[in-house]
Amino acid sequence: MTVLRTLRLALRALRRNMMRASLTTLGIVIGVAAVIAMMEIGGGSSAAIQRTIASMGANNLLIRPGTASSGGVSFGAGSRKTLTPEDAEAIKQSCPAVASVAPVERVRTQVVYGNRNWVPMYIYGTTQEYLQTRDWTQLAEGEPFTDRDVRNASKVCLVGQTIVRELFGGRSPLGEELRIQNVAFRVIGVLERKGANMVGMDQDDVVLAPWTTIKYRVAGNSVENLNQSAASETATTSVNTLSQLYPGRESLYPEPSATQQADTPLPVRFTSVDEIIASARSAAEVPQAIREIVTLLHERHRIHEGEPDDFTIRDMTEMTKAMSSTTDLMTRLLLAVAMISLLVGGVGIMNIMLVSVTERTREIGLRMAVGAEPGDILRQFLAEAIVLCLIGGAMGILVGRGTSLLVRLALGWPTAISIGAIVAAVLVSATVGILFGYYPAWKASRLDPIEALRYE
Amino acid sequence: MDLIELRDIRKIYRLGEVDLPVLNGISMHVARGELVALMGASGSGKSTLMHVMGCLDHPSAGEYWLEGREISGLSETERARVRKQTIGFVFQNFNLLARTSAIENVMMPLSYAVEHFGEAQMRQRAGELLKRVGLADRMHHLPSQLSGGQQQRVAIARALVNNPQILLADEPTGNLDSRTSEEILRMFQDLNRREGLTIILVTHDPEVARSARRVIHIKDGLIEDETAAEPEGETA
Repeated sequence: MTVLRTLRLALRALRRNMMRASLTTLGIVIGVAAVIAMMEIGGGSSAAIQRTIASMGANNLLIRPGTASSGGVSFGAGSRKTLTPEDAEAIKQSCPAVASVAPVERVRTQVVYGNRNWVPMYIYGTTQEYLQTRDWTQLAEGEPFTDRDVRNASKVCLVGQTIVRELFGGRSPLGEELRIQNVAFRVIGVLERKGANMVGMDQDDVVLAPWTTIKYRVAGNSVENLNQSAASETATTSVNTLSQLYPGRESLYPEPSATQQADTPLPVRFTSVDEIIASARSAAEVPQAIREIVTLLHERHRIHEGEPDDFTIRDMTEMTKAMSSTTDLMTRLLLAVAMISLLVGGVGIMNIMLVSVTERTREIGLRMAVGAEPGDILRQFLAEAIVLCLIGGAMGILVGRGTSLLVRLALGWPTAISIGAIVAAVLVSATVGILFGYYPAWKASRLDPIEALRYE
Repeated sequence: MDLIELRDIRKIYRLGEVDLPVLNGISMHVARGELVALMGASGSGKSTLMHVMGCLDHPSAGEYWLEGREISGLSETERARVRKQTIGFVFQNFNLLARTSAIENVMMPLSYAVEHFGEAQMRQRAGELLKRVGLADRMHHLPSQLSGGQQQRVAIARALVNNPQILLADEPTGNLDSRTSEEILRMFQDLNRREGLTIILVTHDPEVARSARRVIHIKDGLIEDETAAEPEGETA
């Protein structure tokens, strides 16, 4: 018998028992629908979880200068000045696995507004890209500063929610001026609340400003910071010279003349930054990003094979591990649910097909008497089971899509269409049909026509 | 050459330890175009004989020549092929598919026998046969909407749809009243006389057997005697 004719026979037989056929399919419909809905809702939630974890900085890489050591005494990470804003630029240009990069210049000092003062946890001099890197682009108010502000060392800043509370008493600080080290900064934006980070540090206790402004107007210039052991002292005590708040203030030391400067060149190679923060395109690309940055910095800093690095890179291994284990768990859970529901559906199919074979024993006997070969009977019943499963699969896809749509509309959960789940559902339901339909079909084909005809 | 030749056909059913002989050596011939009745009480073995002749079952011993070919040793599948090409069955209880229209019941054997027929051709051929048995206006009725006689005529149309050489009818009038029985028997006689179809009627009813030209009496798995039927001019 041709495939087409077998299919037509199967459809005709199923139509004769519409009620039973639809009840049988119900098992598969529910199974497939559950799989699809779970995959879509689960996929959506897992994407949302990943986004959340990523916003905690799971994709972030922290590049800090290497350690300085003197006579066997190491000063710890970040005690040398080896990183430059140009390094950040270069990383952005030539590391494809890196999504965004920002140099960071840190100071810790008092901030004054009116009669209030506060020492923020973080005063960061950086670029606008810092916000993308930290996944913090949503501002509560105002605008972020621009690259132009960075070039011009504009005295503008963004403040976190804690600053708003402590300095401005909760009022909108937009357009107000606060003073850092006696430098007046105009507040042009307020950051969204981010809360504490994983070790409990208040991330909203932050002031962000162009790194040039922080470096040259607040922290003093690089020459003053040259002496590493005195660096922190200078940063907090020296009064800014560029803004000339107190005109007439003499330098403690006479200005070196051009000749003096030429005779005693200061061992400064560049403008340094305290650290560079980068973010990989995804958690999976973090190792790739690290490799690319290491290669690039080796090249730029002329570090040869075997020499110690003058920088260190830290990633958020703890977080990325949590992240991947979350998604792994999710996928496995869904797979288990899917397998169970499809198994149940398959057993349902087999059950009904066995009942159907028993019930239609006389029909089978008759078909054999008029010349159906055992193979014809086998194919016919197998076709019925497969058609049932495929119809069930198709309906299950619709019901599953519908459910996930409903969930998204009614509960506002994120969902993601999973083509893989749909393909798998069709394949699995066909497989279930073949596996669970084969035994009943085989049983039907083994019937003795005489006994089948006599069967009451 | 005879259409059917049985040589010492035996059939023994094995029920656990006990052997139950049903056919004890039957030898007979049926020529092309005959209308033969197999008569016997229930348990005589006539149904088993019919099953063997209809290729539904294989004999335990003996030779079965059908159209000059020995077929007692064929496999299940090969017997199915012989059935669909050579034999048509009519049963006592009609055996129509429920919830299936008359025409689709008649089409059913075609889907196994004729590979090259399309749906339309199958429908046309089934329609022709239903016309022949006088059910042109009942083609799309379900079996439950037809009377017993009409159902049996659908069954006859179904048996004939593959152009069989032999029509085997197992108590074809067993479930019918006497008037419809007569109609059905007349139809068999017509088919036999006009189209030369070989028909074997299995019955326990002497009235039915009388419509045959030759009656074979079976008792305890053996041919008891064979009578050429008395000429019955009244149906002519």
